[in-house]
Amino acid sequence: MEERRFAEVPRESIKLMAESSGVELSEEVAALLAEDVCYRLREATQNSSQFMRHAKRRKLSVEDLNRALRWSNTETICGYGAQDALPFRPLKEGELFFVEDREINLVELALATNIPKGCAETMVRVHVSYLDGKGNLEPQGTVPTAVQSLSEDLLKYYQQITRAILGEDPHLMKVALLDLQSNSKIAALLPYFVYVISGVKSVSHDLDQLNRLLHMVKSLVQNPYLYLGSYVRSLVSSVMYCILEPLAASINPLNDHWTLRDYAALLLSHIFWTHGDLVSGLYHQILLSLQKVLSDPVRPLCSHYGAVVGLHALGWKAVERVLYPHLPAYWANLQAVLDDYSVSNAQVKADGHKVYGAILVAVERLLKMKALSLTLAAEGSGAGLPGTTTGAVGFRENSPGLSPPSEPLSEPPLGIASHLQAGGAGCPWEEWTPVSLPAMYCELYSFFGDSLAVRFSTGPPLGGATPPGPCQPLEGRKEPASSAPNLENTRKMPQLTASMNISPRQDGSPRMEPQPPSLAATVPGRSLARSSSSSSVSRSRSSSSHPGRSTSQSRDIFPKARFPLPQAGPPAFSFIIGGRQMGRRCQGRRFQTSFTPTPPLTTHPPRAYAHKLPVIGRVSKPVRRWTCSHYSLHLPL
Amino acid sequence: MCLWCRIRQKNPKKKTYYAAHVMTPLLSAPGEKMAAVQDAPMELDSEKETKPEILSDGTSNLSGNTASGTLSSPPLTAGGAPKQEDQQTLIAVLQFLRRNKLTESVDILRREACLEDQEDSQTLDGSGGGKGDGDGGDANSLLSRVSIASAAAPQSTLTPIPVKSEYDQPDVSVVLSAYSQQGDPSLYQVYYTGLKNFIESVLDCHRAELSQLFYPLFVHMYLELVYNNHETKAKAFFEKFSGDQECYYQDDLQILCGLTKKEHLKGNEALLDFRTSRFVLRISRDSYQLLKRHLQERHNNQIWNIIQEHLYIDIFDGMPRSKSQIDSMSGSFAGETRREVNKAKVFYGLLKEPEIEVPLDDEDDEAENEEGKPKKKKTKKDSMGSKSKKQDPNAPQQNRIPLPELKDSDKLDKIMYMKESTKRIRLGPENLPSICFYSFLNAYQGLTAVDFTDDSSLLAGGFADSTVRVWSATPKKLRKVKSAAELNLIDKESDDVLERIMDEKTASESKNLYGHSGPVYGVSFSPDRNYLLSSSEDGTVRLWSLQTFTCLVGYKGHNYPVWDTHFSPFGYYFVSGGHDRVARLWATDHYQPLRIFAGHLADVTCTRFHPNSNYVVTGSTDRTIRLWDVLNGNCVRFFTGHKGPIHSLAFSPNGKFLASGSTDGRVLLWDIGHGLMIGELKGHTDTIYALKFSRDGEILASGSMDNTVRLWDSMKAFDDMETDDFTAATGHIPLPDNSQELLLGMYHSKSTPVTHLHFTRRNLLLAAGAYNSQ
Repeated sequence: MEERRFAEVPRESIKLMAESSGVELSEEVAALLAEDVCYRLREATQNSSQFMRHAKRRKLSVEDLNRALRWSNTETICGYGAQDALPFRPLKEGELFFVEDREINLVELALATNIPKGCAETMVRVHVSYLDGKGNLEPQGTVPTAVQSLSEDLLKYYQQITRAILGEDPHLMKVALLDLQSNSKIAALLPYFVYVISGVKSVSHDLDQLNRLLHMVKSLVQNPYLYLGSYVRSLVSSVMYCILEPLAASINPLNDHWTLRDYAALLLSHIFWTHGDLVSGLYHQILLSLQKVLSDPVRPLCSHYGAVVGLHALGWKAVERVLYPHLPAYWANLQAVLDDYSVSNAQVKADGHKVYGAILVAVERLLKMKALSLTLAAEGSGAGLPGTTTGAVGFRENSPGLSPPSEPLSEPPLGIASHLQAGGAGCPWEEWTPVSLPAMYCELYSFFGDSLAVRFSTGPPLGGATPPGPCQPLEGRKEPASSAPNLENTRKMPQLTASMNISPRQDGSPRMEPQPPSLAATVPGRSLARSSSSSSVSRSRSSSSHPGRSTSQSRDIFPKARFPLPQAGPPAFSFIIGGRQMGRRCQGRRFQTSFTPTPPLTTHPPRAYAHKLPVIGRVSKPVRRWTCSHYSLHLPL
Repeated sequence: MCLWCRIRQKNPKKKTYYAAHVMTPLLSAPGEKMAAVQDAPMELDSEKETKPEILSDGTSNLSGNTASGTLSSPPLTAGGAPKQEDQQTLIAVLQFLRRNKLTESVDILRREACLEDQEDSQTLDGSGGGKGDGDGGDANSLLSRVSIASAAAPQSTLTPIPVKSEYDQPDVSVVLSAYSQQGDPSLYQVYYTGLKNFIESVLDCHRAELSQLFYPLFVHMYLELVYNNHETKAKAFFEKFSGDQECYYQDDLQILCGLTKKEHLKGNEALLDFRTSRFVLRISRDSYQLLKRHLQERHNNQIWNIIQEHLYIDIFDGMPRSKSQIDSMSGSFAGETRREVNKAKVFYGLLKEPEIEVPLDDEDDEAENEEGKPKKKKTKKDSMGSKSKKQDPNAPQQNRIPLPELKDSDKLDKIMYMKESTKRIRLGPENLPSICFYSFLNAYQGLTAVDFTDDSSLLAGGFADSTVRVWSATPKKLRKVKSAAELNLIDKESDDVLERIMDEKTASESKNLYGHSGPVYGVSFSPDRNYLLSSSEDGTVRLWSLQTFTCLVGYKGHNYPVWDTHFSPFGYYFVSGGHDRVARLWATDHYQPLRIFAGHLADVTCTRFHPNSNYVVTGSTDRTIRLWDVLNGNCVRFFTGHKGPIHSLAFSPNGKFLASGSTDGRVLLWDIGHGLMIGELKGHTDTIYALKFSRDGEILASGSMDNTVRLWDSMKAFDDMETDDFTAATGHIPLPDNSQELLLGMYHSKSTPVTHLHFTRRNLLLAAGAYNSQ
């Protein structure tokens, strides 16, 4: 019997298919159709083999067949593109065969814990196969893949590297890090390294180790051969830990955990910019967690510092989105810390200054970038400008004198408005929006005063002059007496003036007032009265705010603020960085450097101030935990 | 299906016609004057006068090439005396144009023909009248006249049939109607058996030759049965005799086997091609007489008719060929080559190298320091220099094809090349090259094409996921040019301005080029390394800048997948070939092709430029190789012998020889000047995708799907063959089966099919392929 050369579609199959689509076929038609189908199938296969040959493959793929079909104007077959063969199964009863098409539970798939293999980058490797026509004894080399089973060598490599990085020898560490950064064959070790890095939580008392682990992260991130994939999330969380957590190491003020946080923040932004696309929504997750920390008053100041630095590293947009709207609420807390001159508060205050500095830097960049983006889109923003200019004109008329009494009353719900008044501006910011630069400047100015002004007007040029739109209100507000303050500002170098205050009385800032508009609404008259009185005198000196603060203390979440003020404290130096106009209306924060309180503090034993760490916020669990850990750390001493 | 193929047939042809008119003047673009083009035909004429055998060979312009002769006007205007065939062609073209209402083109063509009238009025009177009368007559009547003419003189009129087929291919019914004469279907088996018995009974020396008849007769008889709806008889006929056919026709038999309906016949292009082209057999006069006598004795008209209508028997005087000789040449879709097809003169010599002053002294000092044998090198170079100054008698005129002028950077590159070539290792059977393998790792998306720059500094890969990736093969990273805004800031007077325009921030080892929407099947670097070409399934050829790493042009013309593309060795021109069965010649600054090389009966799979840029070679799925003249678009060489689609081609560095590799795993060597097959290299077990001669041409490297690179002694293969004009006249030479002697080495890769081979300027062999982990 001669074997059949080709598979044929039997007419029964044709009839069955016709039936399934509701057509009754006669035997004759089915036979004809069967033959035609066979022929067409063969034709398509022959055409598709050409695509296979040109793709330099031996295996005909569904893709090839679909291409052949497409070029012969036939509809392509969808749903069979998978690389692995589809199982073709018989049904037990009846002669029916079908392709198994399992339903996939998407929830299960999404929540599956097994990490999918990454797809390693295509690359070219050279290998001298035959030297002078003679075979090379060296093997061709292994193929770097995303995940491969661990070989003996790799395991050894892993041990050596981790030992070198976490060991004592700094030179060895450097070599190891360099190799980690450039080795192309360590894809298989990635999960192990990620695991090692996730050990940051267990070494939070050892700044050195933390630093080394962060360097390891950096090397891994910079390795061009590694596909981090979903490990990015794990790395980010490790880095975030270093940024945000009140590390055990930070209990000792001698430990420079600030630098660690700065470095970690830089690293975070590096990971985000280079690998942010690997995990969807990573940016928002990071922002969310930073915001959470920032808005949590229970957290220690070093955490807040980390959040601010992290936001700063993520770019001015992040600062604008998270830090800026949160600043009014946060400022109150910070102010309370900074204004507390008690000795017991000194360390916390130093931390507070750190945070203050970080915010200032972040905000400065925000303003500069914003101004730059405005100049770039100068013509486009015409729609928003009229409002601000009219506001500026009105403001100019008003600003030489005191703010008209009716204005604050007209907009009592705006807590911000009262702030602005407190800032001595009294400007009618009806069109206040969170994105408008002048408004932002105004608001920030109310916090930072001239230290901001100076920073903003100096530093790298913002693509020429400051934008005309925003700067009009600025100059009016800042320097009503001067006709061309902007010019003056740009020419002026920042001055460092040291002044000695016998008693720290500048704590009475009205900025202590709680921010929520509902609260502000309860005291419009008071704020008005204060503003009228304070703007004549130097803002910070006004003692009248003392009772104001105590009465307006609607939230008792800042117990530190009620600490009795030390009347006979040590003379404190406060540096005021500012322009010449500083002396006139110094309603901004004096930049009180942290070293004023520190010299006496270094003499203190760590215990003395350690429990002051959670000074912002209620005494709650973390406080206890940290005091405990402090004790555990320092008891041997 | 039917409509589809009709459109496919039609469109390129129409375009072609315009192209031939519009493009000819455009060729003069690259810095040369029009005169260059005008000179060239005159040159051609003078050549013809000096070589009378070409003139006497009446069909040299059109033979072996069904389309190009009619497509490109140069042969009409430039060729010597117009022949009867040309007239008929002309009439057919006019008919076709009129039918498609392309009146303008009709006028243009007429005008041109009339011009010819004045030059040579001897034959055109008839055609002029024919034109006038022919207005009313339909194409069929005209073509029937043509066929009658051909029937009257079957030996001399080769071209009318192709012409007929050319213009009636769309009309399937006309093509197939040849089958409509009713013989008794039941007698077919008897006829065939009778012939078979006769051939088996003849003397051994004739048997092999006459056996060639089996396959074409079998196919035509089978198709005739199918066409006349004798399905069961056709099947029985197939079953009975398909086993007798040569094994290398297996692919075709598979197609035939499935075809049992007249309707299927109409949609099958491959078989339409089989129908429309005459199957060429080469038979000695003795064998032919034997056959003729037999058929006449038996009054076997059925078979005689088929032979008359569908076969072309090229009769030669001399010894009948042996079985192996026949086998080596047959296997193509349309039979063998007609001898006269390959008679046209081919200027295979190299162009004179431009004279560039090389700072010899520094170079030699260097060489002395490094190698210690400067004396020898110097003399060698001098000899090379003197050789290049003399005009090669086989070389084309320097300005036969207008070539771009050398830029300063090109001259620098030439100097670099000269310097490098002095350090070149002389290869030979005792001195084999070292091989470096470039493995593409993790190329899950499918590596489909690879190319190296001539100086081996860059490497490009085309992938099935539509991307093209460029790697730097040196430590120097790839950099983009700065953006326009940044470029404005640069000091343009500074000495290192070329360095300053590069954007250091973009430096990377590789760059991805996105733009295609289908697998990239061919990539080719320009010789100056500024451009990269890629051809893709999406029907376009794209030109990429390697300065900005962006796409500059998308050349749309092939409306079907473009299988291959190749830059001219002098840049500016490039050739592409694809599924639409034509190869196109382009210039980078023209969005339309300059020439369309039509004639292959199936996809053009592989295209290469001759080292002197005057010729283009194409390999096809129809298992043939054609060499085309860039100047006039003629097919000047037609090689058969492969048993499968051709996937790789390579010219020897001296331009004299051609190597071709195919899916059958064999490499064939061809002498271009004489138009002969001169060698067969057997050994590979799978498709050969890469072929390359070493820089001096001593070694031929072949790379294949079977994961091996083989080195062959090409010097020996060429030297052993005594090819002269006498052997060329017979059209075949005895081929020694010496593959094993010629094989110098076989080198295995680690499950990496070899996709590309490249010899560096110092003769180091670079191979490339995608590592296949399965």
